[in-house]
Amino acid sequence: MSRLVREYQVVVVGAGHAGCEAGLACARLGLNTILFTVSVDSIALMPCNPNIGGSSKGHLVRDLDALGGEMGKNIDATFIQSKMLNKSKGPAVHSLRAQADKQAYSNRMRKMLEETKNLTVKQGEVAKLLVEDGEIKGIVTYSGATYLSQAVILCTGTYLKARCIYGDVSSNTGPNGLQAANHLTDSLKELGIEVLRFKTGTPARMDGNTIDYEKMERQVGDERIRPFSFSTKVEEVQKEQVSCWLTYTNEKTHEIIRQNLDRSPLYSGMIEGTGPRYCPSIEDKVVRFSDKNRHQVFIEPEGLYTTEMYVGGMSSSLPEDVQFQMYRTVPGLENAEIVRNAYAIEYDCINPRQLNPTLEFKSIKGLFSAGQFNGSSGYEEAAAQGLIAGINASMKILGKKMVTLDRSESYIGVLIDDLVTKENKEPYRMMTSRAEYRLLLRQDNADLRLREIGYEVGLVDEKDYAYVLWKKEKIQKEILRVEKKNIGVSNEVQDFLRENNSALLKSGVTLADLIRRPELNYDMLKKLDEDRPELPWDVTEQVNIHIKYEGYINRQERQVLQFKKLEEKILPEDINYEDVPNLRNEARQKLNLYKPVSLGQASRISGVSPSDISVLMIHLMAK
Amino acid sequence: MYKDTIAAISTAVSASGIGIIRLSGSQALEIADRIYRSKVNKKLQNVPTHTIHYGYIYDNDEVVDEVLVMVMREPRTFTGEDTVEIDCHGGIYAMKKVLDTVLRNGARIAEPGEFTKRAFLNGRLDLSQAEAVMDIIQSKNRYALRNSIQQLKGSVKIRIEEIRKIILHEIAYIESALDDPEHISLDGYGEHLRETVEEQQKGIQRLLSTVSNGKIIQEGIRTVILGKPNAGKSSLLNVLVGEDRAIVTEIAGTTRDVLEEYIHFGGAALKIVDTAGIRDTSDIVESIGVDKAKEQAERADFILYVVDGSVPLDENDYHIIDMIQDRQAVVLLNKMDLPAKVQAKQLEGLTGKTVISVSARNESGFDKLESCISSMFFQGKLDLPEDIYITNLRHQGLLEDALESLRQVEVSLDAGMPEDFYSIDLMNAYEALGSILGEAVDEDVIHEIFENFCVGK
Repeated sequence: MSRLVREYQVVVVGAGHAGCEAGLACARLGLNTILFTVSVDSIALMPCNPNIGGSSKGHLVRDLDALGGEMGKNIDATFIQSKMLNKSKGPAVHSLRAQADKQAYSNRMRKMLEETKNLTVKQGEVAKLLVEDGEIKGIVTYSGATYLSQAVILCTGTYLKARCIYGDVSSNTGPNGLQAANHLTDSLKELGIEVLRFKTGTPARMDGNTIDYEKMERQVGDERIRPFSFSTKVEEVQKEQVSCWLTYTNEKTHEIIRQNLDRSPLYSGMIEGTGPRYCPSIEDKVVRFSDKNRHQVFIEPEGLYTTEMYVGGMSSSLPEDVQFQMYRTVPGLENAEIVRNAYAIEYDCINPRQLNPTLEFKSIKGLFSAGQFNGSSGYEEAAAQGLIAGINASMKILGKKMVTLDRSESYIGVLIDDLVTKENKEPYRMMTSRAEYRLLLRQDNADLRLREIGYEVGLVDEKDYAYVLWKKEKIQKEILRVEKKNIGVSNEVQDFLRENNSALLKSGVTLADLIRRPELNYDMLKKLDEDRPELPWDVTEQVNIHIKYEGYINRQERQVLQFKKLEEKILPEDINYEDVPNLRNEARQKLNLYKPVSLGQASRISGVSPSDISVLMIHLMAK
Repeated sequence: MYKDTIAAISTAVSASGIGIIRLSGSQALEIADRIYRSKVNKKLQNVPTHTIHYGYIYDNDEVVDEVLVMVMREPRTFTGEDTVEIDCHGGIYAMKKVLDTVLRNGARIAEPGEFTKRAFLNGRLDLSQAEAVMDIIQSKNRYALRNSIQQLKGSVKIRIEEIRKIILHEIAYIESALDDPEHISLDGYGEHLRETVEEQQKGIQRLLSTVSNGKIIQEGIRTVILGKPNAGKSSLLNVLVGEDRAIVTEIAGTTRDVLEEYIHFGGAALKIVDTAGIRDTSDIVESIGVDKAKEQAERADFILYVVDGSVPLDENDYHIIDMIQDRQAVVLLNKMDLPAKVQAKQLEGLTGKTVISVSARNESGFDKLESCISSMFFQGKLDLPEDIYITNLRHQGLLEDALESLRQVEVSLDAGMPEDFYSIDLMNAYEALGSILGEAVDEDVIHEIFENFCVGK
């Protein structure tokens, strides 16, 4: 029987947040790319929370944008509320979060894919990988068509052997009732790839017309909105915003949950996947934090196209009748009608330690993967990996050096390093506490950190890159000026300090000294700074942060220098740790299992001690 | 505080009285300048590289030692970093005092092999050098790890663990609020943190005061007496600790009923472990089993193997001979007052160790044992005192780091810094205390957040 055979340079499997970034990156870098999805109507779908960003996830989006990804631009064009979180805290933890119009988000991304040169979108299920001599050759679809390619990027999200569950009801579907992908897992296992089973969940959606908002607290967006993308003009995103709403569970809610725990598939053993601790279902919260008599519930719009509302904080897999009772105990939801039930979803993913930090499989050349397939969770985590996998698949085909971001230059680096180096027993979520150099990895300086890499790769254009170079120079100049600028003791100065509850001067200081005072900042001091040059806000923001937190920043920079030394010592691919004398047994096993790319990565594997690292160092020299 | 300049005594601590303190790192010259004074007020930071300078090391206003200081700037140094060598002349005491002063002025004590490690990282080591230091790193690493953790007193360990637990909880609280600001608020948290930090500083200060008394770790060469039933272990122990030859202290150990005896013998401090086992049952191998004896032997720095010379060697003896193969050990051929069934020559051949004939009953032959231990000690085969001293300094340094980090939290609180800055210094304190216990941080904070704080959508 004759079957369709086609040839592309890159095949991307899945058109979620990872797949879209991967496909766009490859096509934009000039590679003939085909993107498979089980449904072209669900491209860049947001099957869970209706927002992009949030603490540390906002950082990921900024980093991705600086490198030339799409997510930041997509949300800038389709958000309906935006907020900078943690504004009262230090600049390192400021984090942008925007509510999305889900449909608009999805539509814009679809359009972007369709309008991108070299990119073909195709509906179909990929069932098999073609591998020869440890090298990827293409894929076969469920319908039997063969697509030959030089690289394949797997971004299957939560679709592999997906199963949705609530109460005793389970269906073998992907999120939102979409068709699952049931065949690829077997092909992966045949290739010797270790497959895990993870679980996550989502809360119910309510009909907004049946919600009594009077009983809830209104949550509004920022007055002055900051865009996600460094390429979006601030003025373009100032617009009318919608509200979210805050309400709480109560003892009555918890009572209903406790009485019905035995009917939860989690407790009855019907769910076998490992769920994330950071995203507990409401029944989990009630059991584990029994001393709390209420939990927050955020009611968030799904978009402007619908009255459907997302019930943040109350994901569940309890039976339908229990859900109905439970949600109705919450103030404001007494008469609410459920549009979609809450459910838990189980899916196959891989143990990501099988990947190099480039997101290429160690055992199969040309095979890359990204997103929830790699054991992460979240749209932003997925998109970030998708971009890196796309870039590296392209670099490989183009014969250029692949990109690995390290922990000291990007949240994306932290994310990927954690995934490929640490033991992940649950879907991995980004958190700011995971980034040890977070003072340097701020959302405000992602462009200064990463534009250059994006430019070298070819995803950032001349104009954007030139702007960053200009900006860097302006920042440096202004810091120097402010550090040298003397402020003498004059009546004007003392009056100013008195007005701002700041200690009066005993002798002259520099302008930088005054900026360092917690109650003052660069902008406020304009009054005392007559020869201040005209500079854009994104330059002065950097000057202010740099001077205010200089001590801490310098300290982390010194730590990074030490860190880099180990990172730069590359371990050869063919090293057999059984042959390295003097390693402890545990270290030997772990090193053979993880096959780290550098001494730095080796040092982060649990079970590898500093003395093992010394042994490795000497061994490297002897080779 | 983050310290990247390291220091150590780079010659053996011996009675010779001449020794070198070596500093390496970006602040080496700056630190040296803080404690070095010359007649003409010379600043080492201003002198040319690879030059030698005469002067004095001061601890505040007190002269510690008369020294020669060699200044070598990067990159032409062993480590590839700025290096200062202080050549001391005032004997062991002054040498340690100089090191102490250096450490209090911004350097930290080097980990075993760390100078070499830096040399390697900075590309300053050739292969032959690397191989030559390989063994040292190995043995020192094994040693330091075992030492620093095992020799820590149980009560000190528990105290450090308590302080760490409290600090970890605070970090997790701050971090969970940063990750989930809409669920967890930090309003009014600063005052609570200030109280906690002050209290934990006091705890660390109490620990530090025990360090300076030398009580944080139990000093002495960890010694085990092995031998089959009736070989004469308990009489040997009695001879060693009894009467006027030995200074005996008996302290309850940290685990079960293990008793330890301290003796000074042949100029070395020996800590004889599991003396209870020897006394009560007079039979280590039989009562606690071969495995246990093996474990004892493995943890020991020095083994005294007692052989009953009046009966032929049996299976027990061969087990023990196996155990002591690669260890520092002396064989005591006991009961030389009875007709001999075992010959010293034969034992020497089997064990490859020094064999000394003794009679515990007549207390004869012990002068030979004493001079044997003495020579092992001075040849550096039993070099514990230096390592103990270094371990002690390392603990002290880490405790001081933790204390300083907690002080920094207070400074940040006073300066009205945002909350995420508190957790940076708290984390440093947590890590420093963890290094004393030999514990890595890994995912502690993440686990603590999930364990105790309800975060997430």
